[in-house]
Amino acid sequence: MITLNHYLALGGMLFCIGLYGALAKKNAIAILMGIELMLNAVNINLVAFNHYLEPSKVVGQVFAIFVIVVAAAEVAVGLALVLNIYRRRLESNVDDFNWLKW
Amino acid sequence: MLSTSTSTLVFWFLTILIVASALAVVLLRNIVHSALFLILTFVGIAGIYILLNAEFLAAVQILVYAGAIAILVVFAVMLTRRGDISESNLFNKNYLAAGVLCLALFILNTFLIGQTFWTIKSGEPPLNNVGAIADAFLGRYVLPFEVAAVLLLVAMVGAILLARGVNQDQ
Repeated sequence: MITLNHYLALGGMLFCIGLYGALAKKNAIAILMGIELMLNAVNINLVAFNHYLEPSKVVGQVFAIFVIVVAAAEVAVGLALVLNIYRRRLESNVDDFNWLKW
Repeated sequence: MLSTSTSTLVFWFLTILIVASALAVVLLRNIVHSALFLILTFVGIAGIYILLNAEFLAAVQILVYAGAIAILVVFAVMLTRRGDISESNLFNKNYLAAGVLCLALFILNTFLIGQTFWTIKSGEPPLNNVGAIADAFLGRYVLPFEVAAVLLLVAMVGAILLARGVNQDQ
């Protein structure tokens, strides 16, 4: 029998994997992939809460759609930034994005 | 509606698929392989949505994530490529600290989930999923809906401007 806790544990595991990707990767695009995984983990939690705690309404799904909208906007702007920086510096490694450093 | 044993089986299959492909996204050294496993993760999450009676959200997940965002990521990978592709997705110098932090967060999270008591409600999910979501969007949540539309427009204009670059001579 699958309970709410199973879905929450799946969401938590996916969030931690995404956080590891966002923290430990050199490539800026890989960091954006990690952030996408984290946002998806949040969506799993929202839909699972919707299904188990308030099944007659769709509030959790509405919030998940808002999260998807924000994620799409974030990844579009983020990848445009990466492309622009690559065009100037020929580099997509975040360790070298340091020309604001003192 | 699936029977209980079938949905249990499907849940475990999808969980293994999602976690394994998410780990592959993070751990593989070739960023093109990472992007392809990211698509597999998104498709698995769409299966989880179907299991949770959120069919519309599963369709949106396939369209937006596995379609649009994955293509955008692959495009960005192809446009920012120099050197050896098989060494394109390496770890930085604080990978060990990040691993310890994420593992600790996961253990704490799982412990707290086990400790919390949820008041589970049993009720019928709405028969027409899309209709219920449309009522929510154009009824109670109409203002966030419009704001989200403005956000998407602004993000689109900003992304075009950033990717195209401003002509300095004009």
